[in-house]
Amino acid sequence: MNATLPITGPVFGRRDPDSRGYFGPYGGRFAPETLMAPLDELRDAYFALRDDEAFRAELVGLLTTFAGRPTPLYEARRLTAEAGGARIFLKREDLTHTGAHKINNALGQALLAARMGKSRVVAETGAGQHGVATAAACALLGLQCEVYMGADDMARQALNVVRMRLLGATVTRVLAGSRTLKDAINEAMRDWVTNIATTHYLLGSVLGPHPYPLMVREFQSVIGAEARLQFEAAAGGAPDAVVASVGGGSNAMGIFDAFIEMTGVRLVGVEAGGTGPELGRHAARFAGGSPGIFQGTHTAVLQGTDGNIAGTHSISAGLDYAAVGPEHAWLRETGRAEYVSASDAEALDAFSALSRLEGILPALESAHAVAWARRLATQMGPGRRILVNLSGRGDKDVQTATQQLGIEEE
Amino acid sequence: MSRIDAAFGRMREERRVGLVTYVTAGDPALARTADILRALDRAGADVIEVGVPFSDPLADGPVIQRACERALAGGATLDRILEVIREARPSVRAPIVLFSYANPIYRMGFATFAARAAAAGVDGLLTLDIPVEEAGPIRAALLDHGLDPIYLLSPTTTPARARQAGELGRGFLYLISRAGVTGARDSLAAGLPAMAARVREASRLPLAVGFGLSRPEHVRAVADVADAAVVGSALVSVIADAGDTPDLVPRVEHYVRWLRGDGTGGGLPGGPGGDTLQEREC
Repeated sequence: MNATLPITGPVFGRRDPDSRGYFGPYGGRFAPETLMAPLDELRDAYFALRDDEAFRAELVGLLTTFAGRPTPLYEARRLTAEAGGARIFLKREDLTHTGAHKINNALGQALLAARMGKSRVVAETGAGQHGVATAAACALLGLQCEVYMGADDMARQALNVVRMRLLGATVTRVLAGSRTLKDAINEAMRDWVTNIATTHYLLGSVLGPHPYPLMVREFQSVIGAEARLQFEAAAGGAPDAVVASVGGGSNAMGIFDAFIEMTGVRLVGVEAGGTGPELGRHAARFAGGSPGIFQGTHTAVLQGTDGNIAGTHSISAGLDYAAVGPEHAWLRETGRAEYVSASDAEALDAFSALSRLEGILPALESAHAVAWARRLATQMGPGRRILVNLSGRGDKDVQTATQQLGIEEE
Repeated sequence: MSRIDAAFGRMREERRVGLVTYVTAGDPALARTADILRALDRAGADVIEVGVPFSDPLADGPVIQRACERALAGGATLDRILEVIREARPSVRAPIVLFSYANPIYRMGFATFAARAAAAGVDGLLTLDIPVEEAGPIRAALLDHGLDPIYLLSPTTTPARARQAGELGRGFLYLISRAGVTGARDSLAAGLPAMAARVREASRLPLAVGFGLSRPEHVRAVADVADAAVVGSALVSVIADAGDTPDLVPRVEHYVRWLRGDGTGGGLPGGPGGDTLQEREC
């Protein structure tokens, strides 16, 4: 399906937030004073470079030759038959170099950092996919790289820890708080604020203070730009629904972006339902959260009545986070996108189903989107088409799957 | 005139550098916080900053992170902290400034917070992650209730931002002496005099300097460039070392007197000396 596809790239300047970084009431810049001037500098550099033909050409070149874009669109016929309804198409971000959509943003920001004269990059990672992508981009561009990762996430995504180290990155264990993604972000911000002159913070999702939510969405918009053309070529017209998992929300924003103006296309974000609806057992911000100010932005947050951030749980480290990108909060409030959740068990079941029916091991994050797509396919019925962003591959999750599914006993 | 204005007025009259002390409320236990505030006041703190513990203190170093964890584990919430301040207020002369991350205040509601804080006898609010660009709504609520909004400046603050903070701020400006998180250091930042001079040009508000101060000589050195010195992490370490014991209040009081140069022997009674403290805190 890719043979006739022109090489496309990220889409810039399509839907900017206001000058203070707000999407409706969500977003903004709630950062410590020391970061404010550097955030201005980052915004100005980004706005200049996204209009710079040479920068865009270099980025598209790397997305093509280094990351392996365009990624295919694949019709999952056996999964479709099993669900017994709408046709299911997968956008194969799992086939990018380093194994997830994260490389699209890592390459963009690493190039930006190099152009800004930074010699060092820090990043947080949850599932490790953003860390691996950042380590690879830094190796490519000769940048020093330090990745912060929660101790619990290091245990459950051990493969990616090794990959980052092989790629030359320093991986620093974070023992604070819940020892997951949010704590890694805190630690990366502390590093950045201390080493501001030399260091760029390569944030991995559509989170944080302006310009990050915009910048990360735009670097990820290549997913939707490709998928929309591929879908038209493969199936004609547009899908009836686009489904993506939402942790911070970068893979979802990346694929939604191309379809937001096509109001007939349902946009469905799938959050982590974890093991139950009680606070602390899931990461479904839109089901159990409320507006809050957290890690630089005003958005939907899982929190206690005293304003402290709540613990979260998900089987997938990449979705195990207490807040969501501010643009998602706005898409939900305006009704343009709908947000649902899939439980740990549903995600595991989808992980198994996709592996056995299609020969594709999805990341547990992406398996949440597959889980909802199966359900939606049955609901929508034959004649409809669903596009799923298969954001990453599942090699990193075999350990968790082995434990949860009892593979060894079979 | 606000209680904060009066405190800085007194420092000027007495021609001395002021001492601003920071403690995390609820550490080691909420039941001890009122006694700690009284001890700071007795020992001569000119302004008392009361930190509201937060689950994700991303601008703080390890010492205050641990203090937040202890306080939250003990059940310290903004609601209960305001109650403790209300009880302590009649016996504390120094102005009390709450030092908080945005979300606990936002969650309570800016107007509700301001009304309750004013009723409890709080004098001002400093929020680590609400920069001047985002300060409109909370600032309006604070001014409505006679509370001073206090802004942070840092080595990366541009002159234009410093002027804006000077115009919007009340009480004093808080200059972070180095880019980084909170935590005691061996020496003052090299660029401090020039930074302080730039802030003086931008605003006539009194200036307090913090981040990294732990010793009487640091406090004295600040006298050349600013109106007051802020000591936070080093004091929080004294509290952590003492723990929830009968020793706690005397040690806090002794440390603050030592910082002020009261000549009570130096070092820290019943605990590590100054040198040990520095090494651990770096």
